[in-house]
Amino acid sequence: MILVTRFFGSRGWYKFSRNKLSVFGLILVVAFVSVAILAPFITPFPRHAGAFVDFLNASKPPSARNWLGTDLVGRDVLTRVVFGYRVSLQLSVIVLSIAVPLGVIPGLIAGYFGGWWEMIIMRIVDVFLSIPSLVLALAIMGLVKPTLTNAMIAIACMWWPWYTRLLFNITRSIRNEGYVTAAEVVGASHWHILIKEILPNCVPSLLTKMTLDMSFVILLAAGLGFLGLGVQPPTPELGSMIADGANYLPNLSWIPISAGVAILIAVLGFNLVGDGLRDYFGVDV
Amino acid sequence: MLGRYLFRRACAAVITLFGVSVLIFLIARIIPGDPARIALGDTATLEQIAQFRKTLRLDDPLPVQYLTYMQGVIKGDLGISIYTGGAVLEDLQRTFPATLELVMVSAMLMIIIGIPLGTLAGRYRDSFIDNFTRLFSLIGVVTPGFVWAVFLLLVFAYWLEILPVTGRLSEGIPPPPHITGLFLIDSAFAGQWATFKDAFLHIIMPGISLSLASIGQTTRMTRANVGESYDRTYIEFARAYGFNEFRIAAKYALRPAMIPTLTILGLDIAIKFGGAFLIETVYAWPGMARYGVRVILHKDLNAIVGVVVIIGFFFVLINLIVDMIVAFVDPRIRLGSRAR
Amino acid sequence: MSELPLLEVRNLHLTFDLYEGKAHVLNGVDITIRNGERVGLVGESGCGKSIMARAILGLAARSNIEMSGEIRYHGANLFGLGPQAWRGLRGRKMSMIFQDPVAALNPVFTIEDQMIEVVRRGDKAKSRKEAIAIAIAALRQVAIDEPERVLASYPFQLSGGMNQRVIISMALVNEPELVFADEPGTSLDVTVQEQTLRLMTRLTKDVGAAVLLIAHNLGVVREFCERVYVMYAGMIVEEGPVKELFANPKHPYTQALFSAVPKLTGEGLPKSIDGMIPDYTHAPEGCRFHPRCPHVRPECLKPPPFVTVGPDHRARCILYTDAGAKEPAHV
Repeated sequence: MILVTRFFGSRGWYKFSRNKLSVFGLILVVAFVSVAILAPFITPFPRHAGAFVDFLNASKPPSARNWLGTDLVGRDVLTRVVFGYRVSLQLSVIVLSIAVPLGVIPGLIAGYFGGWWEMIIMRIVDVFLSIPSLVLALAIMGLVKPTLTNAMIAIACMWWPWYTRLLFNITRSIRNEGYVTAAEVVGASHWHILIKEILPNCVPSLLTKMTLDMSFVILLAAGLGFLGLGVQPPTPELGSMIADGANYLPNLSWIPISAGVAILIAVLGFNLVGDGLRDYFGVDV
Repeated sequence: MLGRYLFRRACAAVITLFGVSVLIFLIARIIPGDPARIALGDTATLEQIAQFRKTLRLDDPLPVQYLTYMQGVIKGDLGISIYTGGAVLEDLQRTFPATLELVMVSAMLMIIIGIPLGTLAGRYRDSFIDNFTRLFSLIGVVTPGFVWAVFLLLVFAYWLEILPVTGRLSEGIPPPPHITGLFLIDSAFAGQWATFKDAFLHIIMPGISLSLASIGQTTRMTRANVGESYDRTYIEFARAYGFNEFRIAAKYALRPAMIPTLTILGLDIAIKFGGAFLIETVYAWPGMARYGVRVILHKDLNAIVGVVVIIGFFFVLINLIVDMIVAFVDPRIRLGSRAR
Repeated sequence: MSELPLLEVRNLHLTFDLYEGKAHVLNGVDITIRNGERVGLVGESGCGKSIMARAILGLAARSNIEMSGEIRYHGANLFGLGPQAWRGLRGRKMSMIFQDPVAALNPVFTIEDQMIEVVRRGDKAKSRKEAIAIAIAALRQVAIDEPERVLASYPFQLSGGMNQRVIISMALVNEPELVFADEPGTSLDVTVQEQTLRLMTRLTKDVGAAVLLIAHNLGVVREFCERVYVMYAGMIVEEGPVKELFANPKHPYTQALFSAVPKLTGEGLPKSIDGMIPDYTHAPEGCRFHPRCPHVRPECLKPPPFVTVGPDHRARCILYTDAGAKEPAHV
């Protein structure tokens, strides 16, 4: 509690909160992250998150019982949207926790050592970035079993080059700063310089990019799901819910609308916070 | 100077392209375990699989397989598609123009809306128009294209019934004579205005769905860069000498701002080939991207490699073109004051 | 002397509306410039010199800036003239020489593009061809030997000094009546700066233009100007003919400024000059210099009077009033 008060009383919070949109974004993020975490306790029909059938209530438009209506087999759409958040968030967090270290290390090496390291690493990055991540992820998903784990691996494999490029640019630009040279002069090891001197300077950019990427990974995963190459039913996934609804247009329109707006809120939230952080840190990512 | 710069860029592009082909090839050959098993399904007998491996020369070592494949590519042979049974190259030739038309329409929308809007917002920062533009581009950026596609479809095709639901042309309307494969251009050339109108109506929603995110992106980029331009002394100089405000915006502020914007613009256009996978699926648009989704779902290796390589090729090509335009716009590159 | 002055600034206030509050950056500035006169404006950086020049040119109009007062040009108030007519003066009747010539020129257009735009602001050129001829002549005036080559170049292809000369020729090509020179050449090395000033002096005399030279370098002002204004924190604290004022500085701030120039040993003035210009959102009441003034007394909290202390020489300080002449009561 003291920590919380101290945080909101701090200079950092003051600066961040000057932009009302960023605060709004933060509220969105906090709201749907907590909703996603508490999903089993706050959704009206937690059982509907899995394989469940209730044909009596199938294809019902929004009502007092089902605020966002029901789907083809009678499951509550609100429940499934909330559980869909859980899947999206889990996926994005894991993707980033794989992709970030995977990208950061080669980026540091290429930027710090330059020469052949830079040549080889950055060429590989160029190759990866020459194909839209969605296409590459789709191609991989087409060749493996479409499971949540595989989706995460496929997306992470496509995502690391962005971090390599980011870290490369920062490292290269601070490579010749006084404090780095100073550390070299006193004989600090390369490893020490990279971890202790350079990496801390990348943290603001990294944090900002990770926040923004939360939204892009959610988008990409939804795209995979929409094409039927992401998380498979009966697991609720926002992209595949939109596809389900879209197949029956103009009927069942509440399903794609609910799931679409749900994606929008998540992406908007992370985007606004990311923009706020970008201004806050004054970084360019 | 310009020549050397472009030569360097072209070499880098060729190397990248080579890398792309290797990457795709590796993905297609390594990830599936046994490509033949994947292609033929679980019911295939061992003999069938052995036969198939032979035809695809899957028993050769990987580098040999790659060379064989590349030999084919250079001769214009991308192999046979299991899904359509025809040559992959022919499939791509048939479906590519539809995707190209969609991407071009969407790129045009992005440029003719995004750049003026961004310039206005950058010129009148914190004004009403700026706030409106920011909101507009934010909504564009945060809503995925396929969600727009479904929403537009629902509203304009099903509820208002003013736009056709799917496809490139209505039933009963024959496609225009094949010149470029782009229906809008071909029908205009042939003077078939009824076809032109029909093709136009069909491309409105897919075009808009595919462009909204990039319009938002372009607007933001242009706004930021034009805004930065306006903070520079050279704009104050232009004002101190009473240059016409419109000329300042359209010439003296926009041109320097375009240099960083262009690179992102090229990237945005190239990424549309990926976005098309979703949009073409929603609108049953008979393009290469929908073909790509189909062949991916059918685990059609040759076709998957073909589609991805083509997309990589266009990505590299577009970036090369953008580099050329940037060199043209920025004298510092053209005349070689600093290497980029 | 009875004719209307070229430019009269009366009681000019300029306020930035910042998040932290309102910043009174200009606080009732009065300045007069006569035809062909060369006037200096000195003060520490951040005291409001540059923003004042921009305010007179009408370049300070922004949504968060409020301005009041009068700027009379040939007797006509520019505020009343409307932005359109005001803009019409720029590049024709008034021009400005910028501190950093390389930053002032647009990097992606040739000198020719930019120079023609300026030339065509005047009425002399009927066509682009004529404009180019005028531009070439103007560049010759600033001792550029190959004007054609310079015109075809981009700013980054020329040296800083060359760019500076281009700017000077742009500033004078339309024979303006008033030239603002905002620390010209301070971003260049000293010899080039010297050349720049000499060139400017000669050419403005030729054209008969009045000059407002903004500088923090007192030597430059002494060499170049006839009259000088000393500015501190958005207020004119002292004005007078250069000779008189340099020989006999009255305002404590001016005195500090002078003694800070030759010897920076620190003994002359206790940290007065390396102190900071006050925070404009909480500017000191009365005389804004009083927190740094060695002669401060309680009366300094009231607005100080502008007192005549010599021929055409005035200082805004209570020391030179009858009340101030008394022995100060220590605060």
